[in-house]
Amino acid sequence: MSASATPDARASAVAARRQNWRRAAYRFQQSWLSIVGLAIVVLLFVAAVAGPSLVPYPADIAGGINTATRFEAPSIAHLFGTNELGQDVFTLVIAGARISLLSGVAVVVLGALAGTIVGALAGYYGGWTDEILMRIADLKLTLPSLILAMAVAAALGAGLVNTIIAIALTWWPGYARLVRGEVIAKKEELFVQVAQALGAGTGRILRRHILPNIVSPIIVKMSLDMGFAILTVASLGFIGIGVKPPTPEWGSLLSIARNYMPDYWWTAMFPGLAIFLAVFGFNLLGDGLRDVLDPRARR
Amino acid sequence: MAFLDIRDLHLAMRTFEGEAHVLNGINLSVERGEIWGLVGETGCGKSLTGLSISRLVPSPPGRYLRGEIRFAGQDLLATPEDGMRRLRGGHIGMIFQDPTTNLNPAFRIGEQMVDVALHADAVDPAILGLAPGASRRQRRVEARRLAIAMLDKVGVPDAARRIDDYPHQFSGGMRQRVLIAMALIGKPELLIADEPTTALDVSVQAQILRLIHSLVLEYQLAVLLITHNLGVVAQLCTHVAVMYAGNIIESGPVRPVFRNPTHPYTRALMKAVPHATHRRGELQGLPGSVPNLFTPPPGCRLAPRCPVAQPRCAERVPPTIAVSPGHDVACVLATPAGSAAA
Amino acid sequence: MLRFAVRRIVLLVPVIVGLSLLIFAIARLLPGDPVTLAAGPNATQAEIADLAREFGLDQPLPVQYWHYATGLVTGDWGQSIFTRRPVLEDLKAYLPATLELVVVAMVLAIVIGIPAGLLAAVYRDRWPDYVSRVVSLGAISMPRFFLGLLLQLGLAMWLGWLPLGGRFPLTEDPPPFVTGFLTIDSLWAGDPHAFGVALAYLALPAFATCLSPLATITRMMRATTLEVLQQDYVLTERALGLSQRLIIFKYVLKNAMSSTLTVIGLYFGWLLGGTVLVETVFDWPGIGLYATKAIVTQDFMPVMGVTLTIGVLFVAVNLVVDLLYGLLNPKVRYE
Repeated sequence: MSASATPDARASAVAARRQNWRRAAYRFQQSWLSIVGLAIVVLLFVAAVAGPSLVPYPADIAGGINTATRFEAPSIAHLFGTNELGQDVFTLVIAGARISLLSGVAVVVLGALAGTIVGALAGYYGGWTDEILMRIADLKLTLPSLILAMAVAAALGAGLVNTIIAIALTWWPGYARLVRGEVIAKKEELFVQVAQALGAGTGRILRRHILPNIVSPIIVKMSLDMGFAILTVASLGFIGIGVKPPTPEWGSLLSIARNYMPDYWWTAMFPGLAIFLAVFGFNLLGDGLRDVLDPRARR
Repeated sequence: MAFLDIRDLHLAMRTFEGEAHVLNGINLSVERGEIWGLVGETGCGKSLTGLSISRLVPSPPGRYLRGEIRFAGQDLLATPEDGMRRLRGGHIGMIFQDPTTNLNPAFRIGEQMVDVALHADAVDPAILGLAPGASRRQRRVEARRLAIAMLDKVGVPDAARRIDDYPHQFSGGMRQRVLIAMALIGKPELLIADEPTTALDVSVQAQILRLIHSLVLEYQLAVLLITHNLGVVAQLCTHVAVMYAGNIIESGPVRPVFRNPTHPYTRALMKAVPHATHRRGELQGLPGSVPNLFTPPPGCRLAPRCPVAQPRCAERVPPTIAVSPGHDVACVLATPAGSAAA
Repeated sequence: MLRFAVRRIVLLVPVIVGLSLLIFAIARLLPGDPVTLAAGPNATQAEIADLAREFGLDQPLPVQYWHYATGLVTGDWGQSIFTRRPVLEDLKAYLPATLELVVVAMVLAIVIGIPAGLLAAVYRDRWPDYVSRVVSLGAISMPRFFLGLLLQLGLAMWLGWLPLGGRFPLTEDPPPFVTGFLTIDSLWAGDPHAFGVALAYLALPAFATCLSPLATITRMMRATTLEVLQQDYVLTERALGLSQRLIIFKYVLKNAMSSTLTVIGLYFGWLLGGTVLVETVFDWPGIGLYATKAIVTQDFMPVMGVTLTIGVLFVAVNLVVDLLYGLLNPKVRYE
């Protein structure tokens, strides 16, 4: 297929691909929920990139304390009120978008990377390699991932990077399974066998011929996982094992604010809503993408 | 009026690409005791014609633009779903192509057959022949007895024991027998069989066709046999209708149509059948492919592929002409009965 | 069916051995030295070595694993370094609370989720479907700890209808121990008052726990029902005149259930580990809270004990699901 494509066939393949994209875009637009999800995600990215320069009280992000304005209810000056240190909650919530997105993306990318390598090796070589790697993946799926992540994070010590590593360590088996299945299916296809017959090496076959063909299910899974990764990061923060103040992480903000309920409810409400909104946005988007990109999952 | 009468039926289907005109003016009359073969290529609309009679075309995406279907005088397109359910259970039986997927795998066949029998009895109490006050239990017992009798009738050996088996414990041919038994529990007057033997082994195909034939004689059924196998039509059917791209282009009693195929498409179809007397390499088909139904060619839909097409073919849809009594052809080249041959 | 069941159970042995090996490996590979921590900041080198010897941590890894594994079998799950109590005893005390929470939440999720998903599929692309899709996706996206806080804020703090946290009032005696489920034990003891109290304490945590499995089951049920509705046999059943209600609630339901069941099994195990958050918010004395405290103090044995317990429970629940799957799928059973 890819080895012997004439210019003509290639042009028609490009046209077909363009048609597929148009069809995908059409289907995506058909579902207004996906559009809402996309809008939320775009907003999150804007907040993550430009947030610190947009917020009204940038000094608060670095941990600035202002005891004169403690626990002020939401107002024009402080849209989301202020917290126990007199910091503007709106500022902290916007700044938290960067932490959450960064850690979410990092977890998913690391997990996908590790899982893809394991899954590709297991699927390509089969036999004992497959057996051992997949049994480990299966076993990991039976373990409580949150408790495991908590234990690893606690052992590594607090901090954003350690949190990410701890969560990513529990994240790869899903990808390993997915990639393994796809590799086994693709391995049997003609174009791969042709490449093998032409003497291409294992690494080249995997990189050039197999992996590009299984990118879309991986992307779908990554987009579906993003929300859940953000949620897990926030969970560790909430328990007090993950990111610690003054880094404005939504989960840890909520964890502190919990002590000031019900009187100063806004300190908990807005970080919580931010987590919910971020996760919801990614889930909507991921659902939409899956319907569009993964023909098997389409109803 | 005929027992089953389809007049000028137009059906459109909404899809991503637009609205496809999948049935484009179907006319068909079937009497009891007649076995009609409905033949044509995949996608020509023969299955949709069958499903339309039972009103099983999902809507949306399906939409009837024009026409009517009359069954024993009743206008089916105007019948509400409730009335259709009574017809399906008691008057119109259907059999489908693949017996491996048409039986619910999670239930014993007896369970499914009893439900069918109970429904048929609700339509016509003569099916179980019980008094109106009979208890649920009595009805179930009687329904089961009827189910076993039907299995026996369609040739499932050891029916009383096998009724408690699951579908996967039967062979393909046996499953199709079970499905036929189910379709006939309600004593229908019309049987629609959509490629009932295509998915079966050749040796089993003949058995199933013989079974259908004997049941037709016994019940005086009107039958619509949807198939793409002209050999089956020649052996089993009394009448044949050839479909192309949503139209019936030639129809009539099997003998004259097969002796004297008039429409260019019918001729091509006949030539495409492998035959013992053909020499190697003689097998012929039509060049080109089925037209796009979103923007069908104006006039005759076969024109772009037709070996004898003329400019006027593209102008308007050719009218149906009777080339001999009962033998109708929709082609501008056909000459009406009685006039000189072309 | 019996042979099918026996084979599945025998297959569990290597899984559980692998599980213990994996947990042991993870625990030993983690950085951080629990002995130094336990000995306190002023301990001398000799005292640390003594403590290490006491816990058997000075021996080679295979020997350590052998001790660990034989201990598991003989009921010695090690000691918590900090509480100095046997881990197994702690687990016996805390596990019923978690199980009660998870079982009640799962029952709620199944009882509501299966009909909700079925209806969403039947009313596909009409308002019941839209509502259930948006609500279930929202419910999946809702952080359970945030939901818990909202429930506390609204129903406990502002309205005062339900208790804020805990499992039973400290001022009252809980019903005598039979199953460890306070709701069942109170009924067993014929004490409707205690039952009401237990239920009131259970309500908010159970709701916070059930929301996301409920949403997942609804979505899964919707997807599988849509798939089943496409099957040829559904068309055949309609062609035979069977009523829509009979087709949906009998013939489609049973087929759709079997795929959804797998999800339920996976989710049950996932919930066992996931109650950590809800238990933290509601101060629910289960193994999640126990594990959290142990993790914060880097106390190995309780963490290993909890992880293993959850792993084994997960495997056991999925065994039950497998067997049920066999019941719903005659084909699987006879193979």
